[in-house]
Amino acid sequence: MSDLQATSAAKVPPTGPKNSSLISLVAVVGAPNCGKSTLFNRLTGLRQKVANYPGVTVEKRLGKVRVEDGREITLVDLPGIYSLTARSEDERVARGVLLGEMPGLPPPDAVLLVVDSTNLNRNLSLAAPILDLGIPTLIVLNMSDDLRSRGGRVDGDRLAEQLGVPVIQASAARGEGLEAIRSFLSGRPAVRERLELPVLQDIGSRRRWAVHATARSDYQVPAAAVWTRRLDSAFLHPLAGPLIFLLVVAAVFQSIFTLAQPLMDGTEAVIAASGLWIGSLLPDSWFRDLLLEGIWAGVGSVLVFLPQILFLFVLIGVMEDSGYLARAAVIADRTMARVGLEGKAFIPLLSAYACAIPAIMATRTIESRRERLATILIAPFMTCSARLPVYALVITAFLPETPLLGPFLGTRAAAMIGLYGLGFLAAVATARLLKSTLLKRRSPLPFTLELPPYRWPTLQSIGLRLADRSLIFLKRAGTVILLTAVVLWFLASVPRTDGEAPEISQSFAGSVGRAVEPVIEPLGFNWKIGIGLITSLAAREVIVGTLGTIYGIEAGEEGPDEGSPGLQQALQQDLTPGAAVALLIFFAFALQCMSTVAVVRRETGGWRLALLQFAYMLVLAYFGAWMGKTLVEIWI
Amino acid sequence: MPARTLSDLRQGDEGVLDRLEVVADVAERLMELGFLPGVRVSAGRPAPGGDPMIFRVDGSEVAIRRATARRLILSDSEQVGEAGDYV
Repeated sequence: MSDLQATSAAKVPPTGPKNSSLISLVAVVGAPNCGKSTLFNRLTGLRQKVANYPGVTVEKRLGKVRVEDGREITLVDLPGIYSLTARSEDERVARGVLLGEMPGLPPPDAVLLVVDSTNLNRNLSLAAPILDLGIPTLIVLNMSDDLRSRGGRVDGDRLAEQLGVPVIQASAARGEGLEAIRSFLSGRPAVRERLELPVLQDIGSRRRWAVHATARSDYQVPAAAVWTRRLDSAFLHPLAGPLIFLLVVAAVFQSIFTLAQPLMDGTEAVIAASGLWIGSLLPDSWFRDLLLEGIWAGVGSVLVFLPQILFLFVLIGVMEDSGYLARAAVIADRTMARVGLEGKAFIPLLSAYACAIPAIMATRTIESRRERLATILIAPFMTCSARLPVYALVITAFLPETPLLGPFLGTRAAAMIGLYGLGFLAAVATARLLKSTLLKRRSPLPFTLELPPYRWPTLQSIGLRLADRSLIFLKRAGTVILLTAVVLWFLASVPRTDGEAPEISQSFAGSVGRAVEPVIEPLGFNWKIGIGLITSLAAREVIVGTLGTIYGIEAGEEGPDEGSPGLQQALQQDLTPGAAVALLIFFAFALQCMSTVAVVRRETGGWRLALLQFAYMLVLAYFGAWMGKTLVEIWI
Repeated sequence: MPARTLSDLRQGDEGVLDRLEVVADVAERLMELGFLPGVRVSAGRPAPGGDPMIFRVDGSEVAIRRATARRLILSDSEQVGEAGDYV
């Protein structure tokens, strides 16, 4: 530690007051947990654009806000940071944006510095390096409703005087103070006057500077959050804590599987009905086939999961906004540490049981790049919903139902649980492997987590978050699935003879299936399964429909599903029991989901890890399947 | 007798942080979270199982692993140090 005594105040660099002009780009800065994203969502509504900064895992979030004179101003939401040093990727990005060094983003004209006013002394430490940038800044004292209700106070005007920049008391969660922020944005703010700033590199000195400023602003530290103490004595209780945690996990599971099911069935019915309706409107042509069998069916196969994903987003949103998410991470940390991950990875991995895509999006809460990459790389091993129809088809076809534990557990359910376990074990083993190879020494930052006080989540902020996350999901998964669906449709529908689509066995897809047959033959798969493996790249459960088509199953109104007895019989003829096991294991391990690959590419900032992950899971799936088949053949 | 560390604090105990025996990057992150030399730290209710530990420091509650807490050395005296004017 450099000498803490060296606190002599440094002068501001001689930027001098620039000619103030209208604002067009504003950076929103703040520490983690300061309510920055809530404020950003409140100000911009859903007029947002989300991408990644090139080559990094940090999300680039731009939004538009309309100010009084009708102009539109762009806000850029920076990752939550404690300082502007460049220790973490988040800090490097924040620093880069503020200094105007990020490609494609001009330097910001102004900064909204969001601080948690219930812990002003700590939060204001970040003001020193921000003010030092010489950009017009508005300090937003967020959560001022909490501050008041816990008996704290601060004189905003005097703080503004101390810091030489305007200060606004606000509550993003309740929508207080938004007008004042908009009016700041519509004005022509000047660079603040020269002011004494502490030695920026010295945390202690920054901290004392902040205390000095707040003390002169009549800052009264709020009383401890009584309810937070009370709730924590239950939620972190040695016995009750884990019990409540398990109940919450069970409730999440229950709702994404049971409660979401009717909605998913409804969505499926709507997609099918609207497909028929569109079909009846269009003349018979290749375009109609493409639209219905390619795009509509392909996109529909992913849209079906939307209700489940929405449930997940609501639940995660409530946990995050209420403060329980941080406690869950603390409780899970000990267990996660055993596999070399940290507690914050728990919720993303739990989400992956519904779908890997929201799970990978949820890893953004993990600060350390290494932990985050590890979590992204193992998330697709969790048994997602799209695998269930495949498992159900194969298990029902090959495993007779006999009770194992009376009425509680039958052979089929046991097989299903076994497959869940298999995926989980693969995830754990992969996490360990990653920690000793690819991600061996990076990011020395240890697990640290601030526990925010509990708050009531507000409907509006949950709603905004829900809409925001679902739009991103649709955009990211939707575009890829659209492309994949179109490509696969073409493969299955050409070459055409006399303007008619070929039988699928005669199509390019059939040729590809036959071409891969020698490769998958050791697993006991024929070319028909081969076609299914290829079409299931769109989404895993698509293989069920493909096999239905190939085996020429009389399609009912809803088409063949995993319950059709015809499809099961056809499979029984084409697959040995060993090959059936191989198929199950293949689906447990392989990354048969182009949307996931695309999302991983986005989130990791490049193709390298996405392709590596795909190849790794494919190799594991192949050898796992081969071993499964061999073992079954020895055993039988 | 080895120096007492944050990991020796039991729920409700308080102590004054003397120094952080970790690499500079980690020390800075912990200091940003409030673990500044001279500051008073009190142990809150730890996670079930005793790890991670939760500390009340500088107006908020922060969870760190026991392994990290072992590197944060407490001061022998109960006196809040020269940095006591942080808070």
